[in-house]
Amino acid sequence: MKKEYKMKKGDEMKWIKKIGKPGIYLPLTLIALTTIIPIILPPFLLHVAIMILLYSYLGTAWNILGGYTGQFAWGHSAFFGIGAYTSTTLYIYHKISPWIGMLIGSLFAAGYGALCGAFTFRFGLKGHYFVIATIALSEIIRIIFINWAEMGRAWGILLPVVPDSWIDFQFHTTKLPYYYIALTMLLTIIIIEIKIINSKLGYYLTAIRDDEELSESLGINTFKYKMIAMIISAALTSFGGTFYAQYVLYISPETVMPVGLSTEILMGPIIGGLGTIMGPIIGAIIVQPIHEFTRAYITTYTGIAGLDYVVAGTLMLTVALLQPKGVIQYINKILYSKTIITSSSKGE
Amino acid sequence: MLKIENLTKRFGGLIALNNVNLNIEKGEIRGLIGPNGSGKTTLFNCITGFHHPETGRIIFEGEDITGLPPHKIAIKGIARTFQIVKAFHKMTVYESILTGALLRAKDIKEAREITLEIMEFTGLIKRRDTLAGNLTTIDRKKLGLASAIATKPKLLLLDELVAGLTPGEINEIIKLIRDIRENGVTMIIVEHVMKFIMEIADKITVLHRGEIIGEGKPEEIAGNPKVIEAYLGEKYA
Repeated sequence: MKKEYKMKKGDEMKWIKKIGKPGIYLPLTLIALTTIIPIILPPFLLHVAIMILLYSYLGTAWNILGGYTGQFAWGHSAFFGIGAYTSTTLYIYHKISPWIGMLIGSLFAAGYGALCGAFTFRFGLKGHYFVIATIALSEIIRIIFINWAEMGRAWGILLPVVPDSWIDFQFHTTKLPYYYIALTMLLTIIIIEIKIINSKLGYYLTAIRDDEELSESLGINTFKYKMIAMIISAALTSFGGTFYAQYVLYISPETVMPVGLSTEILMGPIIGGLGTIMGPIIGAIIVQPIHEFTRAYITTYTGIAGLDYVVAGTLMLTVALLQPKGVIQYINKILYSKTIITSSSKGE
Repeated sequence: MLKIENLTKRFGGLIALNNVNLNIEKGEIRGLIGPNGSGKTTLFNCITGFHHPETGRIIFEGEDITGLPPHKIAIKGIARTFQIVKAFHKMTVYESILTGALLRAKDIKEAREITLEIMEFTGLIKRRDTLAGNLTTIDRKKLGLASAIATKPKLLLLDELVAGLTPGEINEIIKLIRDIRENGVTMIIVEHVMKFIMEIADKITVLHRGEIIGEGKPEEIAGNPKVIEAYLGEKYA
């Protein structure tokens, strides 16, 4: 008996289990396809692809705190904005490359994440109260930036346009470099995620999600581990902010720090599947094209601003009603062998 | 091993524990009985740091642990199960026990070995990949016990472990508890199932309205008039 179970090596293969039976071939095929396809894409579709990658990345960063640890933060736009503003202002005022600014921004975001964690977790905020507190904490940052002269107040900051350069993180002749940077960021964060969920940290985070009192009784310092999740999630989110700033070359509190952005970040994991590797990616693949196409076509033709959000909101409701555990649950049913279906669908 | 001195715990105007003194010897199995609301679970919650007592001290292996947070008390070597069974619903049996084992294992590899051992020991190996939320009552209780012993405790507090189980299942648990004791674990067991507690406990302490009204060997307790009046009824006299 013992040998048989040891051979299974179930937990090392956990991440494969989570994306489906085809195992290693599926991700490899996906990586190959995602590397080649953008070359032939027209500019607008390439933009949509970049948005899918960016929001997959952001959703994954959020998922570490919101999905695996079960702390439903609704204020990740603050970390995103801090990342965008730090690299941008360092570049404009001190001529520091956005790549270095990105790292410094992640330190600031981690610091603010620690502050948010200290405020909320220390007082044991949970559920709705935690959601409200994180919204408030991100709004505080947005309002500070709206009134901060050096940060361009509500007008925001236009980044100076320079010729294509890797050091300056700007590309104008083609968007392809942005695509590959975003793809690298996504692959990197997935590797980090796999490392986390197969480590002590990962087991502790999911334990905290499922039952905090039981976790404490097993010797887990729940406050400390929630703080770690918050800090990692915040720092990783800020990288996405720098990427966005370099991609759009314009930032303002209304574009990089609104609650709407926080909502868009967490929508991917919710629609795709919380606490899974593929969840945020599937979510972004569903949400972003709809979002971009409705924005580009429906809103432009009808002239009704915000119609894209109406469509996205409807979509979220539909998924909540039809697939409360996320689309991944449905995909799993198609891909998975019988044993895994029984262990994951019995709970419904 | 565990010494409780003058412990008092109030909830508003209600005195849940009143001046409780308790001394647990190393290696013993202590039964803790009493009517509902007599303070048994509150006492557990005080020992494991989930409640903070107003007065009194809790001394574990010569060290004052009163007021420490629950995870620190677990690190000191006290583990527990919960009366209303708790489980990591979306984690498998394997992952749940592993989470406990990670406390003392030096790396994840060692934790995996401990987990396999404990799964075989408790018979949960058949349920290795079942989600904790999908287990039957007996398996869920066993899982609570398994995660707790995975932390390698010196003292184990079991809160109504066999309530709601069939006689056959109770015998299974009795066997398990005896095996755990063989490994040198001291235990305090809260239980209403008299057959079980009389069989397994070395000594029994009776709580009534937050006070200790009797302490002694099972047969002494069964004949104690105060205990019969407050809790047992005539049957065990």
